[in-house]
Amino acid sequence: MRYAMVIDTLKCVGCSDCVVACQTENNVPIGYCRDWITEVVNGAYPNVELELKSERCNHCDTAPCVRCCPTGASHIVDGGIVLVTGNDCIGCGACIESCPYDARFQHPDGYVDKCTFCHHRLKDGQLPACVSVCPTKCMYFGDLDNPNSEVSQLLKNRKHKTLAPEAGTNPHVFYLI
Amino acid sequence: MTTSRRKFIKISALGLGGVAATTTALNLFGASSYLDELVRKNVAETFKRTATYCEVCFWKCAAWAYTNEKGEIKKIIGNDDDSHCYGRLCPRGTGGVGMYNDEDRLKTPLIRKTVNGEETFVEATWDEALDLIASKFKTIKETHGAESIALLKHGSPGKHLEHLLNAIGSDTIGEPAYAQCRGPRETGFKLTFGTWVGSPEPTDIRDTKCLVLIGSHIGENMHNSQVQEMSDAIDNGATIITVDPRFSTAASKSQHWLPIKPGTDIALMLAWMNVLIEENLYDKEYIEKYAIGFDELKDHVSTFTPEWAYSITTIKPEEIRRTARAMAYASPATIIHPGRHVVWYGDDTQRARAMAILNALLGSWGRRGGFYFKESLKLPSFPHPEYPKPKWTWKEVSAKYPLAEMGVTNEIIRASIPGENSEYPVKAWLVAGTNLTKAIPNKKLLEQAIESLDFMVVIDTMPMDVTGYADVVLPECTYLERYDEIRSATNREPSIAIRIPAVAPKYDSKPAWWIAKQIGERMGVGDQFAYDDYKEVLEYQLKELGTSFEELEQIGVKNYPRKSGPLYLNENELYSFTTSSGKIELYSQELKDLGFDPMPIFTKHPEPEQGYYRLNYGRAPMHTFSRTANNPNLNDLMDENNLWVNPKVARIIGLKTGQEVWLKNQDEVLSSFPIKVRITERTGFDAVYMVHGFGHQNKKLSRANGRGINDTELISKVAIDPIMGGTGMRGNFVTILTENPHKTI
Repeated sequence: MRYAMVIDTLKCVGCSDCVVACQTENNVPIGYCRDWITEVVNGAYPNVELELKSERCNHCDTAPCVRCCPTGASHIVDGGIVLVTGNDCIGCGACIESCPYDARFQHPDGYVDKCTFCHHRLKDGQLPACVSVCPTKCMYFGDLDNPNSEVSQLLKNRKHKTLAPEAGTNPHVFYLI
Repeated sequence: MTTSRRKFIKISALGLGGVAATTTALNLFGASSYLDELVRKNVAETFKRTATYCEVCFWKCAAWAYTNEKGEIKKIIGNDDDSHCYGRLCPRGTGGVGMYNDEDRLKTPLIRKTVNGEETFVEATWDEALDLIASKFKTIKETHGAESIALLKHGSPGKHLEHLLNAIGSDTIGEPAYAQCRGPRETGFKLTFGTWVGSPEPTDIRDTKCLVLIGSHIGENMHNSQVQEMSDAIDNGATIITVDPRFSTAASKSQHWLPIKPGTDIALMLAWMNVLIEENLYDKEYIEKYAIGFDELKDHVSTFTPEWAYSITTIKPEEIRRTARAMAYASPATIIHPGRHVVWYGDDTQRARAMAILNALLGSWGRRGGFYFKESLKLPSFPHPEYPKPKWTWKEVSAKYPLAEMGVTNEIIRASIPGENSEYPVKAWLVAGTNLTKAIPNKKLLEQAIESLDFMVVIDTMPMDVTGYADVVLPECTYLERYDEIRSATNREPSIAIRIPAVAPKYDSKPAWWIAKQIGERMGVGDQFAYDDYKEVLEYQLKELGTSFEELEQIGVKNYPRKSGPLYLNENELYSFTTSSGKIELYSQELKDLGFDPMPIFTKHPEPEQGYYRLNYGRAPMHTFSRTANNPNLNDLMDENNLWVNPKVARIIGLKTGQEVWLKNQDEVLSSFPIKVRITERTGFDAVYMVHGFGHQNKKLSRANGRGINDTELISKVAIDPIMGGTGMRGNFVTILTENPHKTI
């Protein structure tokens, strides 16, 4: 089992529904977010290109945040999901600095917080909140170890990219382009 | 440090300016950790869900409100069986919980009083407020007639107050949703096909092969099922053609983006008609069978060549031909989308007519992938005595505009100014769910009308700017705390949805049905409100419909099979359209008889002078008009609007992204607040753009007050559509001021 998220930038309209759905699902305090939207504009008017996409923790195979965590609060669980055990976190912030995606933040309660791929929902057979709510259905989630899964098929058939591949983190959020 | 850096990144990534917002980190939910999360999984199982439909916008998606054991609303999830949302709410629907939680909500009734020589709002009991309203309304009714009491409304509360007004003998009712929004397209399509477009639009986007958007920015407007279906259309490889001077989100998803010169859309559409006819690409069989006036149209557009249109629109002739051919290739599965907010230049009914005619030439009305025949369920009305017949109604007030299909708000406003309409004078306003100062252009006229009123009541959930003008303010509870009428949707299949309170009303707020009943009883028409709880009305109606309150409580949405016939035209049968001729009217005798152009013509509209830029405005996916600006969840996503400026323009003026500027329009009207500049290639050289609904004046809106600019206050020049009274608002020009013009020396 290797969980991955695939996001189709050709369909994303950048509405931020994934952000609010995550906040209400995961009790993320207002003023903070575990996922966010980026907008990249290229070219000059009227020859313009626009890419909108939803970003979050990439649940990397070689996760720098896990390697640098002094207490083991940051760890990888089955399915390759990177989690933080809040009670073990001392809030030193090393992981925040090490993350090439700027995916982590200091929760006002003192520990470091970030996307969990909605680990608690997966156990119920539910999709992550962001995926389940997206009005453009541009987000897909599933098992990369299963060659027949929707995510495997999409990556097999569509042109895609990952963010900051040069960081060597082997991220597990993919973008269809 | 880390926090503000994140905040900064999130905001700059959204392109909303560079300065971190200073929102206090509210920990609304107490401590949480991932260990807690394992526990929460079990808590989740004890969530109670209540059927509702969303009221954050007019799409009214059916949803489930989830409350925890403490009775707090934790999340709102779309109803899977609903054709408005297919189980997926938009950000506003998901963030609807913020509407309930907003601590700035109106909490008690307020009455305007003079205290120590100064006017102020004094908190009042419901009895005091309702008695005052009833006594004032009674006086006006006795002196001028009940007709002089007008209702200006939007959304669900409007229905209950409409009943109240009808009960006391007035039908002087208007909503900005008509003359300030979609009115022209309803009139334009009715003239052509005999029927309104209506809401949701019967656009068969999920099966379309070619979607043409003219200034319509699906994706930035989150008309939920349409956004979803457009995404399906992208998956299906549909061609998308977007006509917009701004590189909208939809434009970025399009194979063809036509960055048209603002105000010239009709010229482009006439040229498209020219190509379709000259190159024999139109649907001949369909036109022969169903339409009249083709010869006149052919003759009319014969000189409107793409070359002619090029000089007007700046769109190259080959691009006009190419897109016309693409539409024809995909036809009849081609949609020229009617748009929604279509009050632009005052010839908007004619522009809507041009869209309708193009759809006719492509044979898309009543065809798969074009427009389907919508159907809805007629709701049985709860028994009540017959309404008294008013001596005059919105029709007489709006009579200046012969084809107005609903009350023309701007005419009701005009009739409120003494001397403007002495035959049908309006003396009191009941305003519900519409923030007039951000919906009605020409603020001077609006304020003059308000100044002239004998009495004004505003009903809202939030201290919107319009409440500041009221004599009495009534706090309505949010949609999550009340019953409302059954949502009967017009769609592919008819459906009904129910709204049940998930929690009791917060503070001292009340539902609109209760407010209407209370005022009605005090005015002696209590027999029109023969129920103690609106639930009784729902129970009666649902029983009449062959279902029950209990069933709807369980399922939220009930879909019914169609009864009106097939979804699309049956090619072998003769079909009679509901126009006077029974045919699609390419040439409109009705318009001709009224002295208007029977077929659309291009009229040149004013252009900005040197140093001025056309003020364009639109929607952001996370906000609805001005009503969500203070919603804590949605404000967190976007807390102010920005002024989109092309880099070349920015260089000339010397602007930087994030810099605060003020705007002045052609009539020397200044913006109340500054706005931050966003330099972007997504807008052209002759126009600036901002998202509508910001720049709130009321200090009680702690998050929204003073953030950004209210575009509506800069719209002082209005081009009125002579056919239906719509207020064209895209002909205002602004110049950018880098110094604060309000600063006193």
